[in-house]
Amino acid sequence: MQPLTLRRLVLRCTALAGVLFVVVVLALKLGAVQVSLYGLAQDLIRFALHQTKEISSNYSLIVFDIRLPRILLGVFVGASLAVAGTSFQALLRNPLADPYVLGVSSGAAVGAILAVMIAPHLALSPDAAVLLTPVGAFFGALVTIAGVYLLGQRDGEIDSTTLLLAGIITASFLNALIMLLLNLISGRDHGGMSFWLMGDLSTPLQDNLQWVMRAGFFLAAGAIYTTASDLNLLLAGEKEALHLGVDVPRVRIVVYVAASILTGLAVSVSGAIGYVGLLVPHVMRMIFGSDHRILIPAAAFGGAIAVVLADMLARTVAAPSELPVGAMTALAGAPLFIYLLRRRMA
Amino acid sequence: MSSAARNLAATAAPRTNATLSVEQVSYAYSSNSLQAPLFTLEALSLQARSGEILAILGPNACGKSTLLNLIAGVLAPLSGRVLLDDMVTHTMAPRLRAQRIAMVQQESRLLFPSRAWEFVMQGRHPYGRSLRFETEEDVAVARNALAQVGAEHLTDRRMDKISGGEKQRVILARALAQQPVMLLLDEPTLHLDIAAQVDLLDALRRLASVNRYIVVVVTHELNLAAEYADQVALLQRGRCLRVGPPASVYQRELLEQVFQTPLTVETGPSGRPHVNVWSGKSTERV
Repeated sequence: MQPLTLRRLVLRCTALAGVLFVVVVLALKLGAVQVSLYGLAQDLIRFALHQTKEISSNYSLIVFDIRLPRILLGVFVGASLAVAGTSFQALLRNPLADPYVLGVSSGAAVGAILAVMIAPHLALSPDAAVLLTPVGAFFGALVTIAGVYLLGQRDGEIDSTTLLLAGIITASFLNALIMLLLNLISGRDHGGMSFWLMGDLSTPLQDNLQWVMRAGFFLAAGAIYTTASDLNLLLAGEKEALHLGVDVPRVRIVVYVAASILTGLAVSVSGAIGYVGLLVPHVMRMIFGSDHRILIPAAAFGGAIAVVLADMLARTVAAPSELPVGAMTALAGAPLFIYLLRRRMA
Repeated sequence: MSSAARNLAATAAPRTNATLSVEQVSYAYSSNSLQAPLFTLEALSLQARSGEILAILGPNACGKSTLLNLIAGVLAPLSGRVLLDDMVTHTMAPRLRAQRIAMVQQESRLLFPSRAWEFVMQGRHPYGRSLRFETEEDVAVARNALAQVGAEHLTDRRMDKISGGEKQRVILARALAQQPVMLLLDEPTLHLDIAAQVDLLDALRRLASVNRYIVVVVTHELNLAAEYADQVALLQRGRCLRVGPPASVYQRELLEQVFQTPLTVETGPSGRPHVNVWSGKSTERV
């Protein structure tokens, strides 16, 4: 009997943070323009000490102005998607649930595109107009998860198969809607089809959106984390959790809203990246077990690592041209998923 | 450690006497509020005290599980109320309710398998904040709960790798870890072989008197109920036909009418009623 202690939680998170750091350094180094590891180390130390003048300017431009913001974006997008996936899997008691499979990412994309469409008609300052996109994506995600939750019920209870089918149908419908909307507004700058359907991290972010992304992530992931013990009990079913003192309706609301925020933020800045929310929680569960007090932070780190790695590969495999990061996560994720599925059945 | 020791004592020590009273409780279930109810539980009353086992008996779809959920407070009655001491069970806060009432369900499915001790530790959830780390006290209570059902050797085993009888004991241990006043069980002997059934009911009998639980158990096993229960409530199609000690409820005509099966009732070796069911020409004891 070894209950989880704060010490063990911190140790494991530190280890994962170490892995994330290594991956980030690697991603800073690799790319169409080669950077030496030694030079990078020197520059990183100078950067940390705020001695930015001593960094040579072309390094600085490539590494700190182009690669670093993109990597940080990947960190938050990956962490958001993985935490959203983990909580959907627990709340819906479905190991295949994730924002992408359930159509929630597509719903968020529709919301974001609608926000882009109506933004010019509202008399908003440019700064406020930018923030309309994540808000639209959040509502898109929230409406979609509510819809899929209702469609996925049978005899008043969530049915795994019905839920997944409802999600898949919803996703394909919404993806068609995305194409329709994009055609209606073609000609304006709104990100391409591959951005919304496959996910892409190459679009640089405005500063205020960066901050909204970070604050939103910590707020929503923190809210989900406060329900970690409740989610452990919900794995056994809502009735059982109720008998063990879980305020099920409250947990459901907190998690759906927070997961919609996470999905909405991720989709509004990077489009719909698949497989991260589905696979990262599984891999982390294999390593750390299914206790959400450790699984949620582990999934956040794991998601960040996965997306940064995938984006690094997307930038380098066909350099100097780039793949969308979602194509990379699907290329790596689908075979991994089949492997896990076969292993589970064996 | 002193607090842990105190708590260990608390799990085993006799509690003050508690009373469950079901007062004119009724319930109706319908899929749609405009339609006539699909199922109705007619108003019924009964009482049980600490240390007693109350068995709820009846054919399928007679309302046994509904009654158990009403007692547990997770269903709100249409009329009447269920009192545990002075508190109405369905209006208690979920956490407080789980400190008083523990439920052992028919089946505990696990999406992702855990170890037995992790499962038992879930019973400590009602004590403390939602997000927290287990204290020494929790560990001591969980260990004691596993010991009380004779399942210490299962502590580190995985729940999907143990037998049905062993699993049922661990589930019972989780209920004990809640340190409840009342223990509710929904067909706990289902899927168990006869030895495991007797083991489980022996454990219940012992726990009811040592820990002073009010035990309410829904079951299909007429003879096991007769053997172990202090009181029996007999239900048929949402009506409670009789409540009382087994000897007063186990009457041939009544049971034949309720279960729609020819049977005989005799006095068993323990002095309690024993039911024999006859099926066609072959004679089969239940």
